[in-house]
Amino acid sequence: MNSEKVTKNLLFVASIILILLAAGMVLTLASGSIPVFEKFGIQFIWSNKWNPTAGREQYGALPFIAGTIITSVLALIICLPLAFSASLFIGEFYKGTFFAKIIGTMVDLLAGIPSIVYGLWGFYYLRPMIVKLGLNAQGFGVFTASIILAIMIIPYATSISTEIISLVPNHLKEAAYSLGATRMEVIWNVTVPAARSGIIASYILALGRALGETMAVTMLIGNDNHIPKSIFGIGNTMASVIANQFGEAEGSKLSALIAIGLLLFVITGLINAAGKFIIKKLA
Amino acid sequence: MEDQKVIVDKLSSKSKDARRKASNGIFHGLVILFSLITITPIILIILNLVEKGYRQINLHFFTQIAPDSWDAMQAISQGKLIPGGILNGITGTFMMVGMASIIAIPLGIMIGIFLYENGNKRYANFIRDITDILQGAPSIVLGLIAYLWVVKYITHGFSALAGAVSLAIMMLPLIIRPTEETFKMIPNTIKEAGVALGVPYHKIILKVMMPTGLSGLMTGILLALSRVIGETAPLMLTALGSQYVSFDITKPASAIPLLIWNFYNDPNLVNLIWSSSLSLVAMVLALNLISKRIASKRK
Amino acid sequence: MVNPVTEIKKPVLRIQNLHVSYDKNDKGKYAVANVSADIKKDQITAIMGPSGCGKSSLLRALNRMHELYPNIVTQGKIFLNDVDISKLSNIELRRKIGMVFQSPNPFPSMSIYENVVAGYKLNGIKQKKNQRDEIVEKSLKDVALWNEVKDALHKRGNFLSGGQQQRLCIARALAFQPDVILLDEPTSALDPVATSKIEDLLIKLKKNYSIVLVTHNMAQAARISDYSMFMYLGELVEYGKTKDMFTNPSDKRTEEYLMGKFG
Repeated sequence: MNSEKVTKNLLFVASIILILLAAGMVLTLASGSIPVFEKFGIQFIWSNKWNPTAGREQYGALPFIAGTIITSVLALIICLPLAFSASLFIGEFYKGTFFAKIIGTMVDLLAGIPSIVYGLWGFYYLRPMIVKLGLNAQGFGVFTASIILAIMIIPYATSISTEIISLVPNHLKEAAYSLGATRMEVIWNVTVPAARSGIIASYILALGRALGETMAVTMLIGNDNHIPKSIFGIGNTMASVIANQFGEAEGSKLSALIAIGLLLFVITGLINAAGKFIIKKLA
Repeated sequence: MEDQKVIVDKLSSKSKDARRKASNGIFHGLVILFSLITITPIILIILNLVEKGYRQINLHFFTQIAPDSWDAMQAISQGKLIPGGILNGITGTFMMVGMASIIAIPLGIMIGIFLYENGNKRYANFIRDITDILQGAPSIVLGLIAYLWVVKYITHGFSALAGAVSLAIMMLPLIIRPTEETFKMIPNTIKEAGVALGVPYHKIILKVMMPTGLSGLMTGILLALSRVIGETAPLMLTALGSQYVSFDITKPASAIPLLIWNFYNDPNLVNLIWSSSLSLVAMVLALNLISKRIASKRK
Repeated sequence: MVNPVTEIKKPVLRIQNLHVSYDKNDKGKYAVANVSADIKKDQITAIMGPSGCGKSSLLRALNRMHELYPNIVTQGKIFLNDVDISKLSNIELRRKIGMVFQSPNPFPSMSIYENVVAGYKLNGIKQKKNQRDEIVEKSLKDVALWNEVKDALHKRGNFLSGGQQQRLCIARALAFQPDVILLDEPTSALDPVATSKIEDLLIKLKKNYSIVLVTHNMAQAARISDYSMFMYLGELVEYGKTKDMFTNPSDKRTEEYLMGKFG
């Protein structure tokens, strides 16, 4: 074999390792989940009972699936007007100016703050505000976690949509202006429709981020193993229950946590695939 | 003919135009307002970290290991600064991120080059999809995986190695994509020049392509490092944390984010969270800044 | 020699001492320098000149398009039917002056139908469906596109040829029945057949509309315009009847341009 073949084979082997890695991850999570599914059946997914007391053990993932979806969707809703405004600020209103650079850099900085620091800040600064507003006595809960999550996903929701908005061709916008449209009318009728799929894709990817966030949520959501009673109630997400209960987990409980990890992996994978699919269609 | 003009004039009265201009102004104002709200948290977070954390930051903070709860309590009762620092976290972070880099960087670069070489073939697209799935995987799930593989079967207990494996899986997709992008940007003529000289293939990659794309590769690597250096969740499930400086990869190890978590949970040590968070954020942002510098120089 | 009818008609646009500068800080450097001219009603006026002479900048001053770019400074006065355009809101002005651009730019997110009435939608003017249908049909007939697209009105316009797209854009500008239509090199991206269709269309349209056409194609100006301007380095060098200018230019620079010496 010549050197070219050796090198190409080596690169190919590297790609095989990646496949093995991904396949191994899925298989490991799946086999780790088997005990809980054997014991409680497929109902594990939609059962809302979570009772680790020895002898009366019962596990169901529903409270955490519900908690994850509620917190993430609420975070996305809070994030939307902020991220959309920032995208318009950077990619349309002040495109290419010093102000746009400042806002853009600040938004990028948000992505650099570790999850645990968001958790601390939420605990010591945001939580007291929630208490003051009387939304929740201790300030913990879905709403508090969602606000922190919303802040955390802003850079993901902003990055692609800003780029796509700034790429909407000038001659289209000028055509609308030449018909007498105001800037707001141009944005809603020309810019946003032209950039629509890119904007949607970036919000889907941001949602994918929110689903898997762990530390900040764990520190703020209240860690209660029931379906949240309202958006100001306490709860747990799939990621936060794993972080929270893993330390003392054995047997069925460990298997239940692994199964929740598997479900989380599948859900985020599907959401991300949807986002990537839209981006691919765009290109 | 003429009546259409009249219709336009009638339907678009001056007062209506004024209303449209006003709502345009309000919209513009809202965009500015919401943009300012968007950047408020980052300003507050950094201000709060500096304000509450700067007092603890001195040389000792980086050269001493974390204090135990008892010493801290005594210092607090005497009104002194809490002794000790985050040395065990720093060494743990460096050890685990270093090991993760040793695993992920060469493998990631090789897969990135493989994708570049194979363009739009179906198999290459499949590999890209897998990379995307890995990139979207929640870090806590990667912690579970490393626990099930390493903690359970290799080191039979929490270990730095397990932590490194979870971070390595996280880094991998963050290296693969920038590598491919960087190689795509290198003009084909550079590669062809090497081929024309009869240079062996692996040497073209190592001696021609890699140095040409070095800044792109560095940008990707530094960004990947800045992402994993602040990770807490996967390390809680794998490295667990340690009170001492330890370089045994089969034993539990600490990391800066793990120390922050420990401080947060210990009422006597809780004052240390701000200075440790400040140090961690400074490291992450410094890595970010350097990588952006390199990236902008390239352009 | 002089057609008495056109002389009696008032000018539709009066340009007085117009200056356009692209640099706020260097007002001495003009893209358009001290241009004064009256644009005749219901005629085609062509603006010619080598690239960079300021012909597009002059055109875009007429509907205050320059306001989109804060670094561009416009001085001087322009009157539309004796009304100072700086006294109008830019919304109103742009409804009265339509514009067609260099490359066809129908809105990709809208159907052909929606494109024609885009001006109404953008301006928030609500109408009954049959009124809208009428406007669409009439505008598309005016640009001789109706027969080609009447079965695909609710499809997006991206399957149309470049020439068809440009005629759609003209229909979009016509739907408001503007007083003036500005065209910025409308055929520069089109093939000769599509170009001649647009030219025929413009000759037909001047019955009801005053047309200002920027072109770098001298032959086009000669073929269809009634009046011509020749601009050079931001200055309006010569302005007069097209026939006169082409047969007997009064300025040496015009003569050199028409002989193909530059541009």
